[in-house]
Amino acid sequence: MMNTSKSPFKINGGTVVKGKWHNKQYTILKELGYGANGTVFLADSRIGKVALKLSNNSVSITSEVNVLKSFAKVQGYSLGPSLIDVDDWVTNKGNISFYVMEYINGPDLLAFIHNKEGSWIDVLMIQLLKDLQVLHENNWVFGDLKPENLIITGPPTKIRCIDVGGTTIIGRAIKEFTEFFDRGYWGLGTRKAEPSYDLFAVAMIMLNIYYPKRFNKTEGGIKQLQTMIRQKKGLLRYEGILIKALTGKYQSAKEMRFDLLKLTNGGNTSRRKVVAGSQANISRQVKGQNLQTSNTRSKMVKKKKKAGWIESMLIIILISICYILYIYGQLT
Amino acid sequence: MELTHEDGGEIFMKTGTLKQVLLITDGCSNKGEDPIAMAALANEQGITVNVIGVMEQDTIDEQGMKEIEGIALSGGGVSQIVYAQQLSQTVQMVTKKAMTQTLQGVVNKELQQILGSSKTMEDLPPEKRGEVMEVVDELGETVELEVLVLLDTSASMKHKLPTVKEALLDLSLSLNARSGENRYSVFVFPGKKKDVEKLMDWTPRLESLTSIFPKLSTGGITPTGPALKEAVYYFKHKRSLRSLISSDDEYFEESI
Repeated sequence: MMNTSKSPFKINGGTVVKGKWHNKQYTILKELGYGANGTVFLADSRIGKVALKLSNNSVSITSEVNVLKSFAKVQGYSLGPSLIDVDDWVTNKGNISFYVMEYINGPDLLAFIHNKEGSWIDVLMIQLLKDLQVLHENNWVFGDLKPENLIITGPPTKIRCIDVGGTTIIGRAIKEFTEFFDRGYWGLGTRKAEPSYDLFAVAMIMLNIYYPKRFNKTEGGIKQLQTMIRQKKGLLRYEGILIKALTGKYQSAKEMRFDLLKLTNGGNTSRRKVVAGSQANISRQVKGQNLQTSNTRSKMVKKKKKAGWIESMLIIILISICYILYIYGQLT
Repeated sequence: MELTHEDGGEIFMKTGTLKQVLLITDGCSNKGEDPIAMAALANEQGITVNVIGVMEQDTIDEQGMKEIEGIALSGGGVSQIVYAQQLSQTVQMVTKKAMTQTLQGVVNKELQQILGSSKTMEDLPPEKRGEVMEVVDELGETVELEVLVLLDTSASMKHKLPTVKEALLDLSLSLNARSGENRYSVFVFPGKKKDVEKLMDWTPRLESLTSIFPKLSTGGITPTGPALKEAVYYFKHKRSLRSLISSDDEYFEESI
């Protein structure tokens, strides 16, 4: 789009942005990026380095701040950046709205995955799904999920999201999206904010990892996406999970995460070896909460399986006793 | 700009419906009334005019660009120039942006009544602004919306029409995800005999467009002004007919 092809703000390093309401000062260091709704700068403040988003459109700023504020109320959720300040900057060209958030520094998802072994994809997707689960449980859908918006920080390695422009209350129309990750574009669902909307995007992120240049819609629908999955060896492994996510069969992030964990932990012996190796690798590098919980989860599954086995044995024994008693009764 | 928002807002307060014209064109008008004047006329009557300029690989000429911006400016709406491939994303974005703009105008006016004449959302401290924004969001989700698509079918648009069709279907996908009702109608210019021709009457289902689109023929002239004039007439005509049949509209006003 022509209007967004250039960042609307040209601000030199060293410029001081001063808030009209809260009187806090921020010194611009450099531009980090820009989108349809504004430009993000790296800035220096009294509390250290922060990210500062400027926009001519106070509506979109206010809307995003609302989302960040409600994120702050959610316990145990850290996918998005935390909000630091909201204010207006008075310039000779008029007021410019801005907000200040935590500076999330790191490579984006595709850059991080590049040259890394495949098991990292599993780890990051499992992390992402856990955060999405918390988000969904608090009545929000992320909306504009895509690799560019996902930043990997660490150590410990953690996936974070830097753009909340698309975040929408469940049940409403998705505020902002990117075609490749939008189920509506592929003819596979509505643009209503539902957990399954985000899960579709997660599946497309995985496709994007194996197709870094993405691909165009030809026939669209699940048929084309399935063909694309089958053409990549790495993706084939996830086929079942991806198809379920792409066709909206997962009701919650929890279900998809569970299946992904099962795939990571289970499978044939040779695969298990690979996974076990990488798990050890990860636990050395990542001491994040997520993995610990994922380990307990898999233990629980094993326990459940054991309990199930005992249960069925008991039932068989009981039935046999009844049957023996019955036969005995018939004989006498 | 401030004034134009209020006009759209006034109609909205009376009827509870947002009215938009979505003009899709690739160049300059060359017949009839000045489209910029016609857009101003539409806006005076509470109709917002949005314009999307569809570009080829080469750029649109400056005169055409000026006209596109001018129409949206005097029509109280939003304009955007795009390559054909990006049409889908743009059409839904422009429509939503214009909705928010009009609704913000409505809310600003309400604020002025409460807080005094010169106050708008920007005059509130950021903390309060958030609460106002929630009202705007809520309205955007639930409001009734009427979109009249005004499509340029002059010869140069011919090979872009399949992309336009895709973009319109995509628009209905975005708007139908809202809980508020939508109604669409489609006009093309130039028509077979007249300057403008009605392709599709008001319907909540823009998808029915698919069967009509292949029959489109393209012509040589670009009567943008007369087309806009006809669009306004169609909006007004319909409204008077509806008010004869039912008084639903007034009822809605009270419920707001």
